[in-house]
Amino acid sequence: MGISRRKFIGCLGALALGQAAGVPGTAKGAAGKEFSGWPDSLGVLHDITKCIGCRQCESACHRVNNLPAPETAFDDLSVLDQKRRTDADVFTVVNRFDSDRPVFVKTQCNHCLEPACASACFVKAFEKTPEGAVVYDESLCVGCRYCMVACPFNIPAYEYHKALDPRVTKCTLCHPLLKEGKRPGCVDACPAGALISGKRDELIAYAWQRIQTFPERYVSHVYGEHEMGGTSWLYLSGQPFSRMGMREDLGTKSAPELTAGPLSAVPIVVGLWPVLLTGVYAISKRKEKIAAQEKQAAVEQAVVQSRKQAQDQLETLRKKWEQEKQSAINFEVKKALEEAAAKDPEPSQTKEDE
Amino acid sequence: MTDNGGQTVRKLWTPFNVIVGIILAVGGVLTLMRFTQGIGAVTNLDNNNPWGVWIGFDLLCGVALAAGGYVTSAACYIFGLKRYHSAVRPAILTAFLGYALVVLALHYDVGRPWRLPYPIFVSQGTSSLLFEVGLCVFLYLTVLFIEFTPAAFEWLGLKKIRAVVVKLTLILTIFGVVLSTLHQSSLGALFMIAPSKLHPLWYSNYLPVYFFISSMFAGMSMVIFESTLAHRYLSRHMDDTHHRQAFGVAMGFAKAAAFVMVGYLSVKLVGIAIDGHWQYLTTGWGMWYLVEVIGCVALPAVLFAMGVREKNLKFVRWAAAWTVFGIVLNRLNISMIAFNYHLPSDQRYFPSIMEIGTSVFIVTLGIVIYRFVTTRMPVLHEHPDYPAH
Ligand code: SF4
Ligand code: SF4
Repeated sequence: MGISRRKFIGCLGALALGQAAGVPGTAKGAAGKEFSGWPDSLGVLHDITKCIGCRQCESACHRVNNLPAPETAFDDLSVLDQKRRTDADVFTVVNRFDSDRPVFVKTQCNHCLEPACASACFVKAFEKTPEGAVVYDESLCVGCRYCMVACPFNIPAYEYHKALDPRVTKCTLCHPLLKEGKRPGCVDACPAGALISGKRDELIAYAWQRIQTFPERYVSHVYGEHEMGGTSWLYLSGQPFSRMGMREDLGTKSAPELTAGPLSAVPIVVGLWPVLLTGVYAISKRKEKIAAQEKQAAVEQAVVQSRKQAQDQLETLRKKWEQEKQSAINFEVKKALEEAAAKDPEPSQTKEDE
Repeated sequence: MTDNGGQTVRKLWTPFNVIVGIILAVGGVLTLMRFTQGIGAVTNLDNNNPWGVWIGFDLLCGVALAAGGYVTSAACYIFGLKRYHSAVRPAILTAFLGYALVVLALHYDVGRPWRLPYPIFVSQGTSSLLFEVGLCVFLYLTVLFIEFTPAAFEWLGLKKIRAVVVKLTLILTIFGVVLSTLHQSSLGALFMIAPSKLHPLWYSNYLPVYFFISSMFAGMSMVIFESTLAHRYLSRHMDDTHHRQAFGVAMGFAKAAAFVMVGYLSVKLVGIAIDGHWQYLTTGWGMWYLVEVIGCVALPAVLFAMGVREKNLKFVRWAAAWTVFGIVLNRLNISMIAFNYHLPSDQRYFPSIMEIGTSVFIVTLGIVIYRFVTTRMPVLHEHPDYPAH
């Protein structure tokens, strides 16, 4: 019993420590609060006001990533009539939003500084690299799709129709090209200058400079600077982002911050529960014992009492019996005397005579 | 008392067997389709809706309704309520089967099921709440398995090893409560990472607390509900102790459930007040929320209380079934109905008939195994050689 108890506590301890170690996190993307992004990491600035909706970036993306050709060719702009999202073999899409004049927005993974997908993945299949790209390791993925639930931008897609080796797919920010010092395929292909790549810090400074220089051209908001803790992709726009389906209610809390509370409760539960429960057990055991003792005492008392009662009864019975016996004897004696007297009255008189 | 099955010649073509046979056959076909053509061939899941009934019902409801295991064993062994003793074994069995089926269902849902041990043995994503769920469910399944083995050992006549396991009861029970607290609450915390997708009436920082508290009365109601069914269909396998204690167990759990449900409602109220979400209550979503909270928690709690006061078993049983329904509704709301509430209706998820069929198949499998075990092993009755320990 002793050994197994120690073992059991050891087990719980490992659970608590494992979790506790997970809270501060490593700087690999599934990170805790302190992590404020890799220094000098790269990003892309998408100036929505400059985009002409030519779909050249989509075409380049397919080429670079060896994706299968789409059903409608890239120069067929009729697809812009419908709203599309990223898909298993489509890492980026351009959508058109009509207001006073058409506005085009490119969508892809935003490569968050503290990615929800990486924080959510229970096998660490996602990693935020120092270059800025959030990359996915197919060899670890179990396919639980919690990353898709977690991504606030609805980016990752799943290969639902593969039976044996389905993957999560999304934009890689052309991580291999970045490592060679090259630019992402889409940025290279954009003919309108709507995509600029560079160091994220510099892009933010540049974006604000643009806003200040052309205040009538832009809304005063660099999308992605703070959204969900900040993203490597940044956006400038001439009208509120929510009009183009980009959520402005995401808040600035990063994903790890959102789940830090429940994660930090783990060591508390693991530490406190066993102690409390053992206490409760001890109390209930003791209650039981006391109850048993009381019961026994009560029984004993009852026994004593009933014994005494019995004795008393016996005593009165004896007394009564004795009384009865006595009176019977008396009666008999009296009777005998009377009989004797009746039979022979003389001797008494003789005595008197003497 | 022990049923050998031999003396009563079993009829093969009973309605129960026919229906079960059909469901199992259909399930077999669906299984084949799922593993040869992929998840997409049998489900309506898509990129915006990555989780459907297999998670919302099979995982979330399965785990919540299997909470009877830890609730009952804690009541009996930790809180010393010996009158619950005859309810422990059926509850542990249900819990074990429940969790085993949850794991089975996950094999259908995840893309590469053979990698399910990865989070524990290959690459630990400790920042993920799903990791915590996975680890705890894995450990708890082991605990439940060990907790149930005495029944199997008694059946097989292995006295020595049974005695060893019985000695561990207290430790296993405490371990079970700790693990249950963790994963029941983490299942709720899973959704805390997506505040932008879950409707504000359901999203809360208290999600883990809600899930844990509701798992308690879910477990109690499930024990009552299950014993209702067992009394109806498996009565001949029960012994006198079980029959004698059943009424007390139902009343005791009904009373406890009513209290816990009131507590749950108060925490929910606090949650709404803190987030200042009163204004949503007058919207359509608010109505739906009230249906869940008033209609499926507050009202059954009242029915429980009435049943206890009048010592009316019928009330208690109906209240239990109602509460179980309420728990299912709550879990489905959070995982599917109020999730992605902002998407246009043509992008919302509705399960395919094949997805539902797979879930029905898995539940049926559970019922068949439960029946198999309870008609053979000493679960609903004590083994004559081993009176209450
Ligand atoms: S946008 Fe989504 S997929 Fe891309 S890094 Fe952020 S959370 Fe991950
Ligand atoms: S689907 Fe794969 S990458 Fe996404 S969370 Fe699950 S294991 Fe991680």
